[in-house]
Amino acid sequence: MIATRHLPFAVFRHVVLAAGAVVMLAPFIWLLSLAVKPADEIFTTDLRLLPLKWDAERNFTEAFNKVPLHRYLLNGVIVTAAIFTMQVLVALPAAYALAKLRFGLAKPLFALVLLGLLIPGHVPAIPHYIMLSHAGLLNSYPALVLPSIISVFGIFWIRQFFRTVPDDLIHAARLDGLSEFSIVWRIMLPAAMPALVAFGILSVVFHWNDYFWPLLVVTSPDMAMPALGTVYLRNTEAGTDYGPLMAGTAIITAPLVIAFLFAQRRFIEGMTLTGLKG
Amino acid sequence: MTTTALPLATERTRHRSGQVRAEAIAAYVLSAPAMFCLLGILILPTLATVVLSFTDWQFGAPTLRWIGLDNYAHLAADRVFWKSLGNTVLYVAVVVPVSVGLGLGVALLIEAGSSGRAFYRAAYFLPVTATLIAMATVWEIMLHPSIGLINVIVDALGLPKQNWLKHPDWALFALAGIGIWQALGLNMVLLLAGLKSIPRDLYEAAAIDGADGPWTRFVTVTLPMLGPALSFVLIISAIRSFQVFDTVAVLTEGGPNKATEVLLYTMYQEGFSFFRAGYGAAITVVFLAFVLLLTLVKARIAEKRVHYS
Repeated sequence: MIATRHLPFAVFRHVVLAAGAVVMLAPFIWLLSLAVKPADEIFTTDLRLLPLKWDAERNFTEAFNKVPLHRYLLNGVIVTAAIFTMQVLVALPAAYALAKLRFGLAKPLFALVLLGLLIPGHVPAIPHYIMLSHAGLLNSYPALVLPSIISVFGIFWIRQFFRTVPDDLIHAARLDGLSEFSIVWRIMLPAAMPALVAFGILSVVFHWNDYFWPLLVVTSPDMAMPALGTVYLRNTEAGTDYGPLMAGTAIITAPLVIAFLFAQRRFIEGMTLTGLKG
Repeated sequence: MTTTALPLATERTRHRSGQVRAEAIAAYVLSAPAMFCLLGILILPTLATVVLSFTDWQFGAPTLRWIGLDNYAHLAADRVFWKSLGNTVLYVAVVVPVSVGLGLGVALLIEAGSSGRAFYRAAYFLPVTATLIAMATVWEIMLHPSIGLINVIVDALGLPKQNWLKHPDWALFALAGIGIWQALGLNMVLLLAGLKSIPRDLYEAAAIDGADGPWTRFVTVTLPMLGPALSFVLIISAIRSFQVFDTVAVLTEGGPNKATEVLLYTMYQEGFSFFRAGYGAAITVVFLAFVLLLTLVKARIAEKRVHYS
């Protein structure tokens, strides 16, 4: 963009960005460092990245022994996958209708979507809790999934993306005799992939990391989501043995961080393609 | 506006009204599940929260009584509530400008060169993907008064060491620091998307008009063109930081002495720890009112910008 070709500027750019990156990454580096250290090396003010005596094995085994970490990870995978699937099933057809079809209520419905965008998920939490409690569904997968199957952001996001899809593509599909329903799933779904990757990452990250809602509806340890699980692990720790706690923290955080690193190019692409042009 | 009915082929004109109707029916069918969920899961429960805030209902209680504005009168007289509201506003006032400002700076610097882009983008975005509640524990150790990395650095710089999370003057700012660390990457990515949508020829046009210094270019082209993305980022980041909860719940529990008590945490305590659903609902309504107010302010600013440009 700003094509400054001067060497001093290039150096300045890297120095500033790298210094910032060190700050951003420091907690991760510190986490990994503590996760492999024995307790007596954690309680010291010596700044040492690598331990004198590696204690990774004990820390990680201890973490799995203290709480069912594998169970939290499994719950995380099941719940975030269910939520994202439902969100796409609900949002994609609506986004197509709002972006490409003409119908009388298009404007009021889109206004409703924009209004929904402004309501934080915590606002309907008390009624959700009451309804799920009456239905006897507390402490279950439905309780974790149902309040999140509608993503207003998802509808908005995919609609914005669909507006950039050429109409000719849809005309051609209609001339081929495809119904509107088939157009949604056979033409628009593949076309929406870049937007869906970006939305999927945001959705999975949000629900994997959500603490508030699982804290309300989960009552037994085997239903805990990853974020709540970390707190259970924290609570088993009286405050001296940080090693296993850090090992568990690393295990809960790792799947998303690794997944993001693999998908990062497509994620950025998806974010950029959709654009913020209103 | 997207045109789906093409008025080109005259022999097809006859079928057009039928096509238009078929298109409308398809649209209603396709958007029905979303609208049903939107109303049933979001809008109606939100209205239910408002209604609940005018009652004295407690979780599990067999009956509820309409008490009008009593919950709100109670809130107005509650010192903890005012402290909580003030803390939340202060938290937002620190996190939003800093995380958006730094996010913009980083996005501009990344775009200003071609080397290392992917690495920097990933490095700055990584905290967004990390489980905040888990990383909060790492921050807690880094902020630890005796063995924490932060105090080691602070000490090396000759500054006074602090018990960051336990000191009434510092605790909220320590949490805000964690909030900035976590929010910066999302702001950066959204602004990068905005920057990429600025047509390059605008910069060439500006250069022809004599605006060729980096600062002039930034002020005459980048900033105005980035306006919509920037206001979107501001509002998203304000709404998100208004919802601060995780770090408070795990690290400080609102303390020391209510120094980090924030709205959502107060709502959680009243509603779900003390089971006062009606009172909790009233706090939620105040919370929602603030979010809507923020959006309104933003809409006003955006309107003004359109008028002036």
